[in-house]
Amino acid sequence: MNPFSSGTRLRDMIRAIRACKTAAEERAVVRKECASIRAAVSDNDNDYRHRNLAKLMFIHMLGYPTHFGQMECLKLIAAPGFPEKRIGYLGLMLLLDERQEVLMLVTNSLKQDLNHTNQYIVGLALCALGNISSAEMARDLAPEVERLLQFRDPNVRKKAALCSIRIIKKVPDLAENFVNPVTSLLKEKHHGVLLTAIQLCADLCIVSEEALEYFRKKCTEGIVKVLKDAVNSPYAPEYDISGISDPFLQIRLLRILRILGHGDADASDFMNDVLAQVATKTESNKNAGNAILYECVETIMSIEDSGGLRVLAINILGRFLSNRDNNIRYVALNMLMKAISIDGQAVQRHRATILECVKDSDASIRKRALELVYLLVNESNVKPLTKELIDYLVVSDQDFKGDLTAKICSIVEKLSPEKIWYIDQMLKVLCEAGNYVKDEVWHALIVVITNSSNLHGYTVRSLYRAIQTSGDQEAVVRVAVWCIGEYGDLLVNNIGMLDIEEPITVTESDAIDVIEVAIKQHTSDLTTRAMCLMALLKLSSRFPSSSQRIKDIVNQSKGSLLLELQQRSIEFDSIIGKHQNLRSALVERMPVLDEASYSGRRGGSGVSTSGINNIPNGVVKIVDAPLVDLLDLGVDEPTHAPPPNSSSGANFLHDLLGVGADISSSSPQSGGRNTMHGHKSGTDVLLDLLSSGSPPAPATQKSSSTSDLLSLTQLNNKPSPSPFSALDTLSSPIPTPGASPMMDLLDGFGPNPTTPPPPPKEEENGRTYPPIVAFESGALSLMFNLSKQPGSPQITLIEAKFTNKSSHVYTDFIFQAAVPKFLQLHLEPASSNTLPGNGSGSITQKLQVTNNQHGKKSVVMRIRISYKLNNKDMLEEGQISNFPRDL
Amino acid sequence: MIHFVLLISRQGKVRLTKWYSPYTQKERSKVIRELSGMILTRGPKLCNFVEWRGFKVVYKRYASLYFCMCINQEDNELEVLEIIHHYVEILDRYFGSVCELDLIFNFHKAYYILDEVLIAGELQESSKKTVARLVAAQDSLVEAAKEEANSISNIIAQATK
Repeated sequence: MNPFSSGTRLRDMIRAIRACKTAAEERAVVRKECASIRAAVSDNDNDYRHRNLAKLMFIHMLGYPTHFGQMECLKLIAAPGFPEKRIGYLGLMLLLDERQEVLMLVTNSLKQDLNHTNQYIVGLALCALGNISSAEMARDLAPEVERLLQFRDPNVRKKAALCSIRIIKKVPDLAENFVNPVTSLLKEKHHGVLLTAIQLCADLCIVSEEALEYFRKKCTEGIVKVLKDAVNSPYAPEYDISGISDPFLQIRLLRILRILGHGDADASDFMNDVLAQVATKTESNKNAGNAILYECVETIMSIEDSGGLRVLAINILGRFLSNRDNNIRYVALNMLMKAISIDGQAVQRHRATILECVKDSDASIRKRALELVYLLVNESNVKPLTKELIDYLVVSDQDFKGDLTAKICSIVEKLSPEKIWYIDQMLKVLCEAGNYVKDEVWHALIVVITNSSNLHGYTVRSLYRAIQTSGDQEAVVRVAVWCIGEYGDLLVNNIGMLDIEEPITVTESDAIDVIEVAIKQHTSDLTTRAMCLMALLKLSSRFPSSSQRIKDIVNQSKGSLLLELQQRSIEFDSIIGKHQNLRSALVERMPVLDEASYSGRRGGSGVSTSGINNIPNGVVKIVDAPLVDLLDLGVDEPTHAPPPNSSSGANFLHDLLGVGADISSSSPQSGGRNTMHGHKSGTDVLLDLLSSGSPPAPATQKSSSTSDLLSLTQLNNKPSPSPFSALDTLSSPIPTPGASPMMDLLDGFGPNPTTPPPPPKEEENGRTYPPIVAFESGALSLMFNLSKQPGSPQITLIEAKFTNKSSHVYTDFIFQAAVPKFLQLHLEPASSNTLPGNGSGSITQKLQVTNNQHGKKSVVMRIRISYKLNNKDMLEEGQISNFPRDL
Repeated sequence: MIHFVLLISRQGKVRLTKWYSPYTQKERSKVIRELSGMILTRGPKLCNFVEWRGFKVVYKRYASLYFCMCINQEDNELEVLEIIHHYVEILDRYFGSVCELDLIFNFHKAYYILDEVLIAGELQESSKKTVARLVAAQDSLVEAAKEEANSISNIIAQATK
């Protein structure tokens, strides 16, 4: 039967597919074709194999799976005839990629075909090898390819040269084998061979330093001459493109000269003349000419300095930049970015044009120009450039605003000459595109604001104005709310007026209005609303006369479904209503945030981890993130830990502030929970007040940090730093445990345990810790004895001891524990499964905890205890988070 | 280096794909989807380059077809435009004023021609005449094989009559 003329032909299949009106129809046709091809594959049908493969390729292009055709390619390649091989290799390149195992099977066929007598078959094999060769194949077949570089027909030589590029890219070790053969190819006249040989030369220089040296010595002269001939060659119709003789060849010659001249003065000297010739003689009215000029400029920029040429190159770029063709302008911007490091002054001259390009209608050009402007900005031009960019921000496309704001903010942060200018510019950006601004940016703004004490009044008034006009930009709202909370008194009393300001009259109720609007706006998210509540609490102290109104606003959030808001409003309501005496101290102005540590931390991107770390309970809640942001703005305040404070009741304050407090913990374990805070509660309170982003110093360092604290006091020049006064006032009004209504409100603590143990001593390696009461419920209590082995700080050995104070015996006693992923827990068998009553005996069990994030996260554990009491199943569950922090 | 060549129709249909850098089949369809979304929506007067995943894609529209080539950041975009045009002119000569239908029904021919223009993502021949001659020579080899097969089958048919 004739394999070329029956069955459904390829043409018919394509027609059938094109005739399909719906995707479903098309799938049906393809499915039918695939079925018949599969049948043919399994029948090992020789006659239609190549047609089937052609069909498969078409189906493949439509995006259907065609893996079952892969072996067919190999069979066709192994066939003797040219037509079969031709389609077989095409299928191989289309259906397979270098990562498929099947490819290895073709190595042998390739080897045979590379040695074939028919030059076209050799060509097919070279093409396939060049396009999809893997490293193994490259290694196996490199000798054949190397030999073919000297093949009699130039069309095979050029294919072999490109194939060699693939080989040396896959296996750079093989580079040296190709250096000599390519040197002789460089002397050829055939453009195809010359073109590919130069390309191979360039790639050899990239992978091998020796090759580069070799070519630099031996071939620079020759290549310069070839370029000279190419530039001066008479009209040759075969290679002519719009009046230029073989631009492809010229471009490649310029590129290899760039590589050879880079970093070598002699070679650079040698090519100066010809580069000047190319730069001046090439016509720039067509794309081909511009492509050559573009390449030439890049070469001039890269080779060793020659002043005259550089001027020529910059002039060409200037011409490009004012070209009407967008492509040319695009490449000019691209090249100016490279030129800026060489001749910044020359590029600055084009600043106005470049700035125009930022406003271009073409997104690609805009993006390039913006990158370039970013590089162009320096101290002397930052003000006008920023003004231009911000003006443009007003009218720019929505999808460009993100990029643009990021760059403006970065420029302003990097180069702002003075704080007031920085604040002004940031406010403008926030007002125009606050929704595109990243969190770090407005965090940084707040840090700067706190640091410029003379501008507090000015800033808060500017923000007050800004929020009136741009209340829809979330970032404006947040910064404004924060500042009004902090500096509300300055706003109302017009304190710290600058000369440039217009006076405004803001009453207390105006200021509260702003926050009320913000908290009620349905677009405000959790963070903003939480910030609003915080600001209200602060204002309640700044504006005592409006206290009742603030209380009412705060109360409205008591019913919020968002736990964070609900909790805050309940707690703040208590503070406003019942604790006037400590309120003013609690809501003192934030201490000045440290700019250096803030920017340092941004670099280290440790914001989130340390943010979680400072939650003393270790109860990680998702809502904590905004809270931490809110309180501390991610600032790494050094731990100003007080001397160990034994007022364990103080920990209610930290619950009060809501950091990590677990409202739902009204379970029997709450008695135990209280003990958790035992000896470190003093630190915790303070930490929470300061909202430090870092974990507290180990207990043993506390004495030294006292002096830190003192020095801080002096620095701040405040008579009584807020954290301390908070603590002081706190120690007096601590209500008797369980009696205060506020405590009931919070979670009803059980009786307080005994005074905390003395601060632990630190040894070099092996450390001991005071035993902790890990869990207590009714009559059952669980003590942990903690210890570390010398040399392995990550591993904590725990000896658990269970005691039973009830009069009954607990049988079938089983203790289970679970830890988060960063911990590993190993439980050893318990000493017994019967726990005698009346505290007359105990069960001990050893645990070993490995903390993979030692130093970053503290140990936490969930436990479950099951036992039988008078043959009744009992179950106790709880969470242990009162481990010492540095386990 | 050219990482891949794509021919996409105005409607987003793929007419030719050639990959010189390794991409899995999954990545390939993702790349095609992404790029056709970016390129087909660009206005007519804009520049012919789009930046994409740290690469540049140079494209040019000829009638209903977009020819796209993906190159490195530091490559010469203008030259790639010239390479695209070079390929189109060769196609045009081969098919005699080429149109999209030619490339649909003779997609394999378009691939054969491309294989004579590019290997390993690099240009192999700057002379259109040479490419045309090489493709024609290989086509005639196929024709010869066809005729031979025909005559053999005729002989067999006659012999078994």
